[in-house]
Amino acid sequence: MSDKRIKIVEKIFDANDRLAQQNRQRFDDSNTFAINLMASPGAGKTTFILATINAMLDSNVRIGVIEGDTAPVTIDSDKIAAAGMPAIQVNTGGQCHMDALMVESALEQLSLEELDLVIVENVGNLICPASFDLGTHSKIVIASVPEGDDKPYKYPNIYRGLDVLIINKIDLLPYLDFDMDYFRQGVEMLNPGLETFALSSKTGEGLESWLTWLKNKLPQ
Amino acid sequence: MHELSVTESILEIACRHAEQAQAARVTDVHLVIGRLSSIIDDSVQFYWDLISKETLCEDARLHFKRTPAILTCQDCHQEFELTTELIPCPNCGSARIRVLSGDEFNIESIEIERKS
Ligand SMILES: Nc1nc2c(ncn2[C@@H]2O[C@H](COP(=O)(O)OP(=O)(O)OP(=O)(O)O)[C@@H](O)[C@H]2O)c(=O)[nH]1
Ligand SMILES: [Mg+2]
Ligand SMILES: [Zn+2]
Repeated sequence: MSDKRIKIVEKIFDANDRLAQQNRQRFDDSNTFAINLMASPGAGKTTFILATINAMLDSNVRIGVIEGDTAPVTIDSDKIAAAGMPAIQVNTGGQCHMDALMVESALEQLSLEELDLVIVENVGNLICPASFDLGTHSKIVIASVPEGDDKPYKYPNIYRGLDVLIINKIDLLPYLDFDMDYFRQGVEMLNPGLETFALSSKTGEGLESWLTWLKNKLPQ
Repeated sequence: MHELSVTESILEIACRHAEQAQAARVTDVHLVIGRLSSIIDDSVQFYWDLISKETLCEDARLHFKRTPAILTCQDCHQEFELTTELIPCPNCGSARIRVLSGDEFNIESIEIERKS
């Protein structure tokens, strides 16, 4: 019945990608470095952000945090606010990921000009956030060792297109059968030469090299 | 839940092109989705039936073309298809592999009926 076929060839995520590009421009204009932090639930995203904030308190770096959650809870953003940094809570309304539009509306509530660094804590999920560019400069994944060493093989997409990998909770290594070589080989297949920091957000072990990397990215 | 926003994007793109072409309605939508994209066809179809109601795309059929995940080994240059979980190069065992295709996530075309 149809009498015409129209060729389109348009990326399904085009609208999001264009908005992400605008967000990136806003970050650039205010000289703010932006990070999209992704991980499964409980990998330690909030603890890692708090450890980073606390370690940088003396350096006058001003950090804003955008907290994405699937429900209207403020547990994570309250912790950030208690650490003395502006935190914006974004409720994704049940969605499994954040998108560029949510970040754009969060930016309305942040004084970007006054910030050197913005960290977006994405929804705890290893699959969906990988598909949505938010307009940040760096995409970072936290893998925590209790999750197991086979995650790169099971969730390959999240490890591709990444800029930094954090291996968190290394203080727990003695209690787990986590084969670091097997884990790293999987990551290497997906993202050769990926910048990786193994650390504990709890004890602070290994945090120093991560902070050095971060400070080099911040406006001088 | 990811599939809902994906389906909304598909609907937006299809309706926009249908309007530009002054279509009376859209009968078919052809999608090209790489094996590496974590999208479930059935749930896209489920949301599609819900949200396309009362749009130019109401009752349009969705067609999914799945493209294979092709990888290449950077050491021996062997190309191979990934059908299960991630594996090292089947030829030389190297872990230095790179994805060539399988990431596609596009609308390829729509079929429309013109206003008469
Ligand atoms: N032993 C140990 N525990 C940690 C470490 N980092 C975080 N935790 C603990 O792991 C649990 C989860 O940490 P969160 O920071 O809330 O994790 P999250 O990724 O923000 O979780 P959601 O936002 O709910 O997805 C808490 O009990 C933390 O104390 C670590 O390096 N070592
Ligand atoms: Mg958290
Ligand atoms: Zn090979």
